[in-house]
Amino acid sequence: MDTFLQQVINGLTAGSVYAVVALGYTMVYGIIQLINFAHGEVVMIGAMVAFTVINALVPYGMPPLVIVLIGAGCAVPVCMLVGYAMERLAYRPLRHAPRLAPLITAIGVSIILQHLALLIWSRNVLAFPQIIASQTYFIGGAAITSIQIAILTICFGMMAALAILVYRTPLGTAMRATAQNPQVAGLMGVDINRVIAATFIIGAALGAVAGVLYGTYYGLAQYTMGSILGLKAFSAAVLGGIGNIPGAMLGGVLLGVVEALGAGYIGDLTNLCAYDTLAPRIADCAGGGNFVVFGSNYQDVFAFIVLILVLVFRPSGLLGERVGERA
Amino acid sequence: MKRSVGVALIAFSLAVLPFALAQIGTTWVRITDYAILYILLALGLNIVVGFAGLLDLGYIAFYAVGAYAYALLASPHFGLHLPFWIILPIGAAIAALFGVLLGAPTLKLRGDYLAIVTLGFGEIVRIFLNNLSRPVNITSGPQGIARIDPFRIDGFSFASSQTIAGIDFSGPIKYYYLLLLVMLGVIVVNLRLQNSRIGRAWEAIREDEIAARAMGINTRNLKLLAFAMGASFGGIAGGMFSAIQAFISPESFVLVESVMVVSMVVLGGMGNIWGVILGALLLSFAPEVLRWTVEPLQRALFGRSLIEPEVIRMLLFGLAMVLIMLFRPAGLLPSAVRKRELTGHAT
Repeated sequence: MDTFLQQVINGLTAGSVYAVVALGYTMVYGIIQLINFAHGEVVMIGAMVAFTVINALVPYGMPPLVIVLIGAGCAVPVCMLVGYAMERLAYRPLRHAPRLAPLITAIGVSIILQHLALLIWSRNVLAFPQIIASQTYFIGGAAITSIQIAILTICFGMMAALAILVYRTPLGTAMRATAQNPQVAGLMGVDINRVIAATFIIGAALGAVAGVLYGTYYGLAQYTMGSILGLKAFSAAVLGGIGNIPGAMLGGVLLGVVEALGAGYIGDLTNLCAYDTLAPRIADCAGGGNFVVFGSNYQDVFAFIVLILVLVFRPSGLLGERVGERA
Repeated sequence: MKRSVGVALIAFSLAVLPFALAQIGTTWVRITDYAILYILLALGLNIVVGFAGLLDLGYIAFYAVGAYAYALLASPHFGLHLPFWIILPIGAAIAALFGVLLGAPTLKLRGDYLAIVTLGFGEIVRIFLNNLSRPVNITSGPQGIARIDPFRIDGFSFASSQTIAGIDFSGPIKYYYLLLLVMLGVIVVNLRLQNSRIGRAWEAIREDEIAARAMGINTRNLKLLAFAMGASFGGIAGGMFSAIQAFISPESFVLVESVMVVSMVVLGGMGNIWGVILGALLLSFAPEVLRWTVEPLQRALFGRSLIEPEVIRMLLFGLAMVLIMLFRPAGLLPSAVRKRELTGHAT
């Protein structure tokens, strides 16, 4: 029970970050049906910029919270700029091209961003300085740190803010209209280019914050962190139904929990010594030994398995509606 | 008449090329060997991406499968030393099986979803290669497998130097001729395939899957066939890579490699065999050319090397992919059909 609750808490924390990143994928997909491959790299850049600023500010002895806020405050505009630039330069000219074309530019942009980061920050891992004294609370035998609480609060706060933006403001209305039918939205006086650019910028801003949180949670940031995080977040978006904003939130949180539970239990489940029929036949089991076929180092596989299962059995995702293929 | 003279000229220059390169340095022969391996990979991927229009971002997984199949069956790791003409078909078959395994659940998916699933598949294969060293050591994990057998026919080994008819043949030169032979075989298969019933059916699926099905094409089987054939070429290339390199580890099969093969196909021109070969040549020689130009240039200008050639190469890759799609979406040497399609005159 302790392990279970502990893994759920860890999973919720990671999952809420996935959810915020997944929003970036799903918003862009919903509006222009493009998988923005480079979104993971935007998240990475957010984390790297914030870590650089934070590390530079530490010697001045400011309160830790202020330092982190300044770090995030620098990361967000940088990422917004990156998001806008890539929409303007790499995706907008290809808006009416066949689907394969923008997908390939997206891969290209992702490579460029990753290696620009490598140029600027080198291969080294940036560590998060030990400035926040993390406190640990106990709920029913499971531990939750103050950092985890902060991450959960910030993520759910941002999701709520985004929901208000999309469903309650004129910009949100314009975004939803463009997602439904760009031509008609244009005829109704919506400036489609502005709306699409805004979508990219909002997604990038969310991604920047998610990057800072993710980096803070694991204590490090590196130029390669974007691709795997991006893949997981994309899986989350597909799980919830790509293009569907509540779906991305649900998918992210679910994926985080599934991954944490999977990593927590796979070792015990595939320990062949735990099965009475098998144990006597395996030499390693003698004297309480273990024979673990799949350990927790397979953690990263779960997201892909979830992705493939969803695509096979329910391609529209949990909350997505079934749509026929558009010709 | 003119044509046969041209063919003879090309054949002659391909035949003397390794000796000319060996004059500059044996490394260049080796680099050419790897370039041919990339051509094999790019041609294999071209079947999936170029012919059938299925964007596969995990293609390097099949290369890995072929490479590991060879390494496990011909190295001291398991004490097995099967000859290569048995292992290469086995490797190709296993890779084809993996291709079908990947293809089957993704049949219904459209292009962009497929890209992500294949990407995930490539990562899964790599994670397994990295971790299948415990509890039973199968892949040796990140350490990789060393001392892999070279290609051998009776006493004739492709790895060692030898003097035949008064000419010195070094290991890389021998492999060059073998690779050249395999490449020619693959090119012929590809050319024949393109205009066959199957090739035309792939083209139909690529252009419009629903219409293709309405015309009575069995889209399921043909898509699986594309995956299987593409994968088997990757498997063969992987086996040869294993033998030439004599050492493999999961490091060689990372996502970037998949992306690189995709960019070769895209840069050269999806669906056009000659374009794909050009793309593969350009991109596999690019890092070497950069090493010989950018490094000395930086040293001359700044007194030290500021940017690694590797980084410049990747930046150029990314830039090339974006620019090609923006300004020449059909590639450097476009196929006629693709050109119509990607420049949008058809729609």
